[in-house]
Amino acid sequence: MFGWVGQVLRVNLTAGTVKKEALDPAEARNYIGARGLGTRLWMKEVDPKVDPLSDKNNLIFITGPLTGTLGTSGGRYNVVCKAPLTGAMAASNSGGYWGPELKFAGYDALIFEGKAEKPVYLWINDDEVELRSAAKLWGKTVNETTDLIKEETDEDAKVACIGPAGENLVKFACILNDYTRAAGRSGLGAVMGAKNLKAVAVKGNGGIRVADPDGFMASVTKARRMLKEHPVTGEGLRAYGTNILINILDQTGGLPVRNFRDSGTFPNANATGGESLADKYLVRNKGCMGCSIGCGRISEVASGKFKTFGEGPEYEAAWAYGADCGIDNLEPIIKANNLCNELGLDSITMPTTIACAMELFESGYITSKETGCFLNFGNMDAIVDLTYKTAYRQGFGNQLAEGSFRLASKYGHPELSMSVKKQELPAYDPRALQGMGLNYATSNRGGCHVRGYMTSPEILGIPEKLDSLATEGKAGWVKIFQDLTAAVDAAGICLFTTFGIGAPELAEQLATATGFDYTVEEVLQAGERIWNLERLFNLKKRFHQSR
Amino acid sequence: MTKILSLAPEKCTGCRTCELACSFQHNQEFRPAASRISVLTWESAGVSVPMMCLQCDNAACVKVCPVGAISKSVTGAMVINENRCIKCKMCVIACPFGNTTYDGSSGKIVKCDLCQGDPACVKFCPSGAVTYKEAAAATVSKKKAFAAKFKDLVQEVSE
Repeated sequence: MFGWVGQVLRVNLTAGTVKKEALDPAEARNYIGARGLGTRLWMKEVDPKVDPLSDKNNLIFITGPLTGTLGTSGGRYNVVCKAPLTGAMAASNSGGYWGPELKFAGYDALIFEGKAEKPVYLWINDDEVELRSAAKLWGKTVNETTDLIKEETDEDAKVACIGPAGENLVKFACILNDYTRAAGRSGLGAVMGAKNLKAVAVKGNGGIRVADPDGFMASVTKARRMLKEHPVTGEGLRAYGTNILINILDQTGGLPVRNFRDSGTFPNANATGGESLADKYLVRNKGCMGCSIGCGRISEVASGKFKTFGEGPEYEAAWAYGADCGIDNLEPIIKANNLCNELGLDSITMPTTIACAMELFESGYITSKETGCFLNFGNMDAIVDLTYKTAYRQGFGNQLAEGSFRLASKYGHPELSMSVKKQELPAYDPRALQGMGLNYATSNRGGCHVRGYMTSPEILGIPEKLDSLATEGKAGWVKIFQDLTAAVDAAGICLFTTFGIGAPELAEQLATATGFDYTVEEVLQAGERIWNLERLFNLKKRFHQSR
Repeated sequence: MTKILSLAPEKCTGCRTCELACSFQHNQEFRPAASRISVLTWESAGVSVPMMCLQCDNAACVKVCPVGAISKSVTGAMVINENRCIKCKMCVIACPFGNTTYDGSSGKIVKCDLCQGDPACVKFCPSGAVTYKEAAAATVSKKKAFAAKFKDLVQEVSE
């Protein structure tokens, strides 16, 4: 196969066996890859009513046909399974270097079945695949685990793993690869934890071929030029990272404040934005494999009680720990964000759940007896302390570990959980962005911005400026965005490329890479097919009949 | 005038696009293991360094080659004559930088040949961390940036 390496690795953790299987080209074409093909592979084998934390919930790591190629920002892969937080299909996307490395090792996807009796990790060294004991790794942070596995295997190995949060089955534990890139949302890390699977380490020496080398080179050269010349992908994201959005959303009245209680703008929001990060804390810019945008930020708080070093924060985390918790100081935000990475927590659901608790506290529905502290908005020490306690389920952290919906429901006020399908909303106020609101409401995986990024037309004016307060005509826009996003995720390239390129450039790259004669129509139809498959899962699970 | 490759680790984002471009240019496949350029990253320090053959004028690989298979091309690249090379790997051992390597799967010595004067890594590097310019031009921006510090100092003193 072209674009693909053509092989899937099936690992049965219960039996401790590993089997190599061929990738089905017809399925690959229909579902493009990653999020699409992964969902298809999962649905073919597992009952949607399965308990997410049972051994019957297959866990799939899967790349796309452009992953690991020169395709635009093709450093991405997806993790697919039924989600502990939502009960919906989780297909969380991550960048870094791990996904490409899996293909260099000769595998498009990994399917984990069953549950290991004791903690293990999988070590893939090209053809040699081995389940190893993770006894020494259990309890370790993401950084410690990654370093120890590199010592035990190969210093160039790429590692995807969980931290203590995943082990402790925190409902929104994530999977981190290459230390700081996360398959972040919906609680995939808890599924790894439930399977006693601490990590997957991979080292590959092989390569990826494409069907039409000259055509592929021509299409990626053109698409890369478009990204370079576009103000968002060529300038904004490069200069200030995703956190450039704080000031933009604040100025347009779309920045949710204090658990969405106070809407629109946040005094001194600039202190938490990308410009301030660049000014005071930036070490350097960072790019995932093959990325020409390079939105990643390595940052450092050099001294003081929030002293820390790591990657980020992204816009979402800077907003969630910032404006949403009523905090206008980057230092505790950077510290708490790094804790999320080290302990393996979703840096959107963790802080927004704290924000929910802050509103419960200020409303008098919970007291310091439950929380262990005066949990008012603006409490900088609390965001750090509670993040840590959540990963270990200590004290009030044990309740936060269930996410905001279960927390707020427990105290009789589910309306204070800012969530859809139990997954917390990200950093765009749906009252100010009506199209984004519709996307949240209809998203197959619950509250999420990366299923249909309506901020693009409603705020940034890409591909054209829409009135963000209008509802008229938005349904059509949301549908197109949701379908195209599904196709982009499935291809193995970064969603951020869609600021600068569109369906024609995606179809061209996919066709020349795989040799399947994808057209724009086929790619969008495949996107719709992926969307409908996820919806079918929700229907089979009878989502509409349950809370 | 001769162009030289210039590496600027301070600009490198660690994206390894160069590795993909290089391996594709030479082998028509995306395969970092066969790339002539490698990016080494220290995660805990936030530093990435691109490494590749810098085409030494007085090259150890040329000197040590027992069959005279390595010679300077018109672009200034030290290139390997595949017909002469006996794969003894002495050049791999001799290169003090580790920039000449052996690819076990293809059985070939792998080193930068400057892509006949139009290096693929340079074309695709998004951050300007790898450049290929006239020897004088390659250093002039560094010189200017440093001189600017003196300028600031002089202005401050004279104020």
